[in-house]
Amino acid sequence: MSGWLAILVLWPLAMASLIAIWPKLTKPVALLALFGTGLLSVVVFNLPNGVWALGGWAMPLGIGWRLDEISRLMLLLTGVVGMLVSLYAWWDSSLARSFWVLWLGAWGAMNALYLAADVFNIYVTLELLGLSAVALVAISLKAGALQAAMRYLLVSLLGSMLFLLGVALLYGQYGQLDILALAMQMEPSFPMLFALVVMSVGLMAKTAVFPLHSWLPLAHGRAPAAVSAILSALVIKASFYLLMRLWLEVFAPIPTLALIYGVWLMGSVALLWGAWQALSSQQLKPMVAWSTVAQVGYLVIGLGLLAHPNTPTGINTPEGWQWGLLWLMMAHALAKSAMFLAAGNLQQAAGHDRISDLGEVMRVQRKTLFAFGLAGVSLAGLPVSAGFLAKWWLLELGLFHQAWWLVMVMVIASLLSAGYVFRVLNVALNKELKPLIEHAPVMIPIHAGRQWVVLILASLGVLAGLQAQWLWGA
Amino acid sequence: MIDNSVWPLLIIASSLAPAILIFFIPENSRFLRSAVNIGGALIKLQLVVLLVLGIYAGEVYELSWALLPGLDFRLQIDGLAVMFLLLSAFLWLLTTIYAIGYLENSPNRARFFGFFTLCVSATAGVAMAGNLFTFVMFYEFLTLATWPLVVHRGTEKAIAAGRVYLRYTLIGGGALLLGTVLLHAFAGTPSFEPGGYLSAIDLPDWVLWSVFVLLMAGLGVKAALVPFHSWLAQAMVAPAPVSALLHAVAVVKAGAFGIARVMFEVYGIEYADALGMAFVLLVLAALTIVYGSLRALYQTDIKKRLAFSTVSQVSYVALGIALAGPIGAIGGLIHIAHQGLMKITLFMTAGNFSETLGVHKINQLNGIGQRMPWTTMAFSLAALGMIGLPPMVGFLSKWYLGIGAWEVGAYWVMAVLFASSLLNAAYFLPMIYRAWFLSAPAEWPHERRLSAHCETHWMLLVPPLVTAFTVVVLGLVAGFALGTLGWVQWLVEQEFVQ
Repeated sequence: MSGWLAILVLWPLAMASLIAIWPKLTKPVALLALFGTGLLSVVVFNLPNGVWALGGWAMPLGIGWRLDEISRLMLLLTGVVGMLVSLYAWWDSSLARSFWVLWLGAWGAMNALYLAADVFNIYVTLELLGLSAVALVAISLKAGALQAAMRYLLVSLLGSMLFLLGVALLYGQYGQLDILALAMQMEPSFPMLFALVVMSVGLMAKTAVFPLHSWLPLAHGRAPAAVSAILSALVIKASFYLLMRLWLEVFAPIPTLALIYGVWLMGSVALLWGAWQALSSQQLKPMVAWSTVAQVGYLVIGLGLLAHPNTPTGINTPEGWQWGLLWLMMAHALAKSAMFLAAGNLQQAAGHDRISDLGEVMRVQRKTLFAFGLAGVSLAGLPVSAGFLAKWWLLELGLFHQAWWLVMVMVIASLLSAGYVFRVLNVALNKELKPLIEHAPVMIPIHAGRQWVVLILASLGVLAGLQAQWLWGA
Repeated sequence: MIDNSVWPLLIIASSLAPAILIFFIPENSRFLRSAVNIGGALIKLQLVVLLVLGIYAGEVYELSWALLPGLDFRLQIDGLAVMFLLLSAFLWLLTTIYAIGYLENSPNRARFFGFFTLCVSATAGVAMAGNLFTFVMFYEFLTLATWPLVVHRGTEKAIAAGRVYLRYTLIGGGALLLGTVLLHAFAGTPSFEPGGYLSAIDLPDWVLWSVFVLLMAGLGVKAALVPFHSWLAQAMVAPAPVSALLHAVAVVKAGAFGIARVMFEVYGIEYADALGMAFVLLVLAALTIVYGSLRALYQTDIKKRLAFSTVSQVSYVALGIALAGPIGAIGGLIHIAHQGLMKITLFMTAGNFSETLGVHKINQLNGIGQRMPWTTMAFSLAALGMIGLPPMVGFLSKWYLGIGAWEVGAYWVMAVLFASSLLNAAYFLPMIYRAWFLSAPAEWPHERRLSAHCETHWMLLVPPLVTAFTVVVLGLVAGFALGTLGWVQWLVEQEFVQ
């Protein structure tokens, strides 16, 4: 049983090393890696829950792995989105070979992170993930990208340091690192409150929660499209997943109302500020990146709503509220990856990504445009889409806590997101809009498969809006 | 025998599948696209007719599955739904034929017909939605599917109109969603049922009222209730078949239909009346009726005048519902169908005038009856129906509304109806007079020869003639069991069980 888990982590890492050693084999090995890892995550999704000790060492000492409903879903999400984004990248000839080494490394690290059962191993995987993500931003080697990567590196390192500090505090208090054991012994106390705050700040910086977001628009805006999609859809979800584990499981009795109001406030400002910046952005990829800043607001608001002491049921009860948060992550991952990849298609074909000059390209790439629209529908939480159900869940939970202002902010934010999505679509449909720069647009052909990948991702995000019950019933 | 629960899905699929197909049909395969279009429309009409018979025989068609815990996606086909379905399926077939004739040589037809067809499946969903949540889903889906049609021309003006349209409908959609979630938090989301479900639950007044305000704001935007109406006149830049569809079946009607659902089957009309909500809606509807007609009077553009006339006429539906009596309800509900038939005729004929002769303004209508007698006749019949002359269907609506107002003692509403009819006459009769009795100009603004034998292309001519014919015939036979009046009487008996 635990064999499958080991393969899930080792397979992408092994393929990455193969590519590093024999560059000539990049294409076939990459294909093997992406389908293999994707399929493995489906296999693992169907394994029963459990805790395993790696290499036979007993839990407090050895490395423990753990599979439960939540990690299983995160693995599946990473597997499916990762596979589709990789397929897109496989057809994108402009990507350097190092992309595959780094991305497969990050994929393996993420899988390990979701499986890790103790906070120290989580720290290790988090660090690995952070480093490969930073390197991914830098692979295009443009000055802007390097600068963005540098900033990301600092934030990422700082975040990991804070997380490690929290790990030390936990170990000092309880002499334990295992998540389940810690959750069992956790008592409200000042050091633990401090540990929660420190670790949260670290993880929030990595997730780009307002006001720790300023690195994200740069990094996600300047990286190649496939990388942006991976970072926005998957990598920030990994650190958010840890936030969820900490707030709802390890430190479950700790969050005070003050903390929760703080988180709500951060989320609300993120929603409005991110959407505002996206609305006023003149370029497509930075717009999509700012939209991530806004959407992260929904995630932390959802987290705050769940961690609220009045919210019924804990994290591991199947009838509980918490599935909504996972659903929200899934909806965002599908929509955002589709949107970044669509932006990538348009940008590469046009040679630039000034929104107002993209009309021609969007009229040619109809599948990409349609996918962009579908992804936008899901992001703005309009029906029929996964995003709509997620928004419904957030609103319902907000009303349950009678947080009226929060509900209003969420509704306004979703209108703002509709605003920036339709702003782009307007350009596509407007026939009278002339390009600002008069040189005839040279359109670089894009592999047809890339348009299909985008369309598939976006359609998944929409179709999921018709069937959410399987998740709640899981 | 197939399971009855398949039917709602079949209805949706009968326009969703053609829509998806059409997106992938190359721009130039005109024949294939038209075949898929008309084939889909015919299949849908056939299905709906079978359903009508089934419902009449007492069959129950419903389908639901849980989307979230405690929240069902639910489709059910009841009397109200079937009326709206039949209307949309019938008018869709005609509008499709018309649209094929109208857009024959313009660009982006795949996109146009794709969204056009999507729009119809959204309308079918609105009709069949079995609870408020499902209704909201399809209602918003309809917004998204119609937007590309509004901006279809791609001119700055069209884009601006689209922007206004989205601003209104999305904000309205937000209000509707908020109201629905709020109600869900307090009362859950059971399925629609005649007589409503809120009277059985003891909810605080502030919840009932805030939900009411939010829902009416959301539905009022599409139903073009004052003060949410101004998008409608701007949306006139869309191609004529779109205006016809928006005004007669899809968007505006979805709003009116939603008001009927909420008042009858969520609150229950008697409960809403007791709480005072019906009165609020009544005043709002009366205001809209007079205001819309007044504005229509001052328009010089044909389509603009028709648009403001829609603002006014659609509110008859809300008015009839808000009268909170069975006879008024009959008047309101049959007007859903009647206004659709008359308005679609008006828009299609107006489209013919502009396509064939380049006539857009009212003062260009002089003598048009000599050049295009058939079109002008269809126009005149529908316009007379709007004024409320027998035997056209419009008479029936107004008759029942008037009696309904008398029945509940709302005499001022009778005055409103009378004033509105006068205003209708004041803005329609001059058009008819100009068309038939004034002499034609030597040259039309922009004449095109679209057909060797007829006054215009046959695909543009037949649909309005059919609808105009229906306007008259239905007015004569409405009382039969399967006529609109008979059907609605049966519906209203269910709503006023208590």
